[in-house]
Amino acid sequence: MSTVGIVMLVHTALDRAQQVAQHWTASGCPVVIHVDKKVPRKTYRAFHDACVKDPLIRFCSRHRCDWGTWGIVAASQSASELILAEFPDIRHVYLASGSCLPLRPVQELIDYLASRPRTDFIESATTADVPWTVGGLDHERFTLRFPFSWKKQRWLFDKYVSLQRRLGFKRRIPAGIVPHMGSQWWCLTRQTLSAILQDPERPTYDRYFKKVWIPDESYFQTLARQYSSSVESRSLTLSKFDFQGKPHIFYDDHLQLLRRSDCFVARKIWPRAHRLYDAFLTDKTGAMKRTEPNPGKIDRIFAKAVERRTRGRDGLYMQSRFPRHGNENGLTSNPYSMFQGFTELFEDFEPWLARATGARVHGHLFGPERVEFAGGQTMINGALSDNAAIRDYNPISFLTSLIWNTRGERQCFQFGPADNQEINWLLARDPNAQISVITGAWAVPLFKSNRNFADIRKEAAKLQQVETKHLEILRSVWTKARVRIWTMAEFIEAPMEPIQTIVDEIGPANPRRLTEVPTMVDLTGFGQFLQNLKNQGMHPYLMGDFPVEQPPVNTPKTNRKPYLVR
Amino acid sequence: MRLRRKRRLLRCLRKSRELRSVQNNTAAIKPGDVLLVSTVRNEKIRLPYFLRYYRDMGIDHFLIVDNDSADGTLNYLAGQPDVSVWHTTHSYKSATFGVDWMNWLKRTYAHGHWVLVVDPDEFFIYPFCDTRPIQALTDWLDNSSIRSFSAMLIDLYPKGKIDETPYVEGQNPLDIANWFDSGNYTIKKNPDYGNLWIQGGPRSRVFFPDQPKKAPALNKIPLVKWDRRYAYVSSTHALLPRGLNQVYEEWGGEKASGALLHTKFLDTFTQKAAEELTRKQHYANSVEYTAYAETVKSQPDLWCKWSEKYINWRQLEILGLMSKGNWA
Repeated sequence: MSTVGIVMLVHTALDRAQQVAQHWTASGCPVVIHVDKKVPRKTYRAFHDACVKDPLIRFCSRHRCDWGTWGIVAASQSASELILAEFPDIRHVYLASGSCLPLRPVQELIDYLASRPRTDFIESATTADVPWTVGGLDHERFTLRFPFSWKKQRWLFDKYVSLQRRLGFKRRIPAGIVPHMGSQWWCLTRQTLSAILQDPERPTYDRYFKKVWIPDESYFQTLARQYSSSVESRSLTLSKFDFQGKPHIFYDDHLQLLRRSDCFVARKIWPRAHRLYDAFLTDKTGAMKRTEPNPGKIDRIFAKAVERRTRGRDGLYMQSRFPRHGNENGLTSNPYSMFQGFTELFEDFEPWLARATGARVHGHLFGPERVEFAGGQTMINGALSDNAAIRDYNPISFLTSLIWNTRGERQCFQFGPADNQEINWLLARDPNAQISVITGAWAVPLFKSNRNFADIRKEAAKLQQVETKHLEILRSVWTKARVRIWTMAEFIEAPMEPIQTIVDEIGPANPRRLTEVPTMVDLTGFGQFLQNLKNQGMHPYLMGDFPVEQPPVNTPKTNRKPYLVR
Repeated sequence: MRLRRKRRLLRCLRKSRELRSVQNNTAAIKPGDVLLVSTVRNEKIRLPYFLRYYRDMGIDHFLIVDNDSADGTLNYLAGQPDVSVWHTTHSYKSATFGVDWMNWLKRTYAHGHWVLVVDPDEFFIYPFCDTRPIQALTDWLDNSSIRSFSAMLIDLYPKGKIDETPYVEGQNPLDIANWFDSGNYTIKKNPDYGNLWIQGGPRSRVFFPDQPKKAPALNKIPLVKWDRRYAYVSSTHALLPRGLNQVYEEWGGEKASGALLHTKFLDTFTQKAAEELTRKQHYANSVEYTAYAETVKSQPDLWCKWSEKYINWRQLEILGLMSKGNWA
């Protein structure tokens, strides 16, 4: 007979439990099974009769096991007492559940434990040191009373906890023990386990732990510290927990992952995972190489699952992720740039920017006629179409989708006061947005246009109003975007410096100084144009100060004149 | 809302009188079985593959309403041991587009079961559906105390004209229609029922470019742990009580979700659109079908340069159309 005994707590999938129990006994490990009292008598009898033929399987008295209650501890106690009494040869007792699955040959576990005859494997830490607890009850689980079920009587549970908090109620922790907690699944030596079970103080401890919350994660974990000569604070059972503290379940497609886990036992296994049961219970050639158990390899995949559930992918809006205002964790998925007034001021700004940065440079994405995708395309990644009606149905969705669809490629687009303004707040709040504005540059196309002056005046008044509103948003305290604003007069005085900064910020496509510069439109007469607007009672103030006699702006370096300060 | 739900339930009881049981195998339903409920009309050509697909997924029993098919659908279904079928000649529209009939079936036979409600041209996929049967999903949902599971409708279409490749009975429709739009969807929250209202995709792009508001809704909640007090309100877009519509995370994370691959656009579609136009039995006076009929005449190629070719659920998860949530 082997020196390792198995205590098995079972409540569902009894056929699987039987299969696993027989796997243990086949290698000589005695098994004591505890069946939850909630299992119907008939089912229990059938299971009992099927298993009891095996001389190494025993059944202990049954307790009712509800999640997080004393029943599970009572079950472990009864089963442990029985196994220690019935099988005097065993040195280690391994606590497992019906949904645990041995991953490595049982003999390896026996050898491993035989070479560590004094070591207790039990995860055990003080509440102050670990962030495991879900629900905010850490130390309080040892100082309050919990007579109500958290799962079925949540309301009473919560009310009773807050009542005790209000009254300042504190239970006295029995002298001499320091509460520890950890994984429910342990492997203890006969010495330690029997010391816990035969302690003269046991009635005191039992009485105390009966009212502790989730005692199955603290009873043995605390008391083992009292008696063990050598505690190794880790569980030999591989078990991963999700963000609500429920164990992750293993399926057939985890086979390779479990093979590489190097752990002795894994839980919890989906009862219908036939491939896993077949591979690990019958396939001897599938045995893993001898290495120290190391569940770290699996960590990543489950940590990612928790992260996806709690944080999600930045900038993604979809059927099962639709964050409320302020809870987006990233309004968009990638950095992007918006340029206002540049394409108006420079003749070839868009192709030039594309060359200088390697980014995809769109025209006015929110233009009134159509969506001006880069290169005049009618459709773009994700089958977003250039139809203005579809875009205007939900402009914010349009922009976030565009940025999401083109992940990995920087997007730049032109904007102006004639465009759909619904996205302004989104952009302002978005740290991914790089916003550069030359105020008043919208007047340049008007200046160049061949329209009646009355129309121009009306249009200019409207655009100025819209842009002013936009600037208010960009200058608000809620703005998180990288915003740069120049008046047009300010900008044309030294245009290359700000452009260099913007381009540097966009990316390393071209880390050298800019060699090629965009050509500025001819502004001769622009000052007079603004003066004409003023004369008609429409004061264009967003451009800054332009003298009526325009200096030659295209060659500012050779022939610069100071501006008048009025 | 409670009144509205009660009214729905009363209505489904009233409308249940329109159903005539043809084959009732529901006695074979065992506790824990996963059921499928559907309404069909002249879909015999699709049914063999449909049944096979869902049997392979692990569906234990099919509850089907046959709305006056003339193509032998009824006979075909009546021969299947895991199918129970009801027949009706009454109006699809006045039964709230079949919802009332199906609510009654679920109320009567699906209490306490996970039940999937899909049309015969919809193919449900969920995370890990290539390696785990649907019971793995429902067990996990039970374990996580989740009662309803979202699966957005994704319209699939062929490359080239819709009627170019004829569909053969028993064939996988995805062999023909396997392209989709990956990133042109818009989402709004419906303040009444708390569900999301998703629109977009090729139907919005091609059939409703000028009135995107009228484009069909793509949000669906087809998988529910049914209780006899529950009721679908309109198609499977929304349920009552409203808590069941909370299939999306509002605080930043992602809940698990799947997708319904919608293989409406096969060669059978042109004929169907013409028929539905005269029947006027679909939503909003079949405005959808009016738009289809007009467009289909001129240029029935839904494919574009940016269409994605469907590969598997992992592709949809990477594209952000569905999510594994915390299921790993």
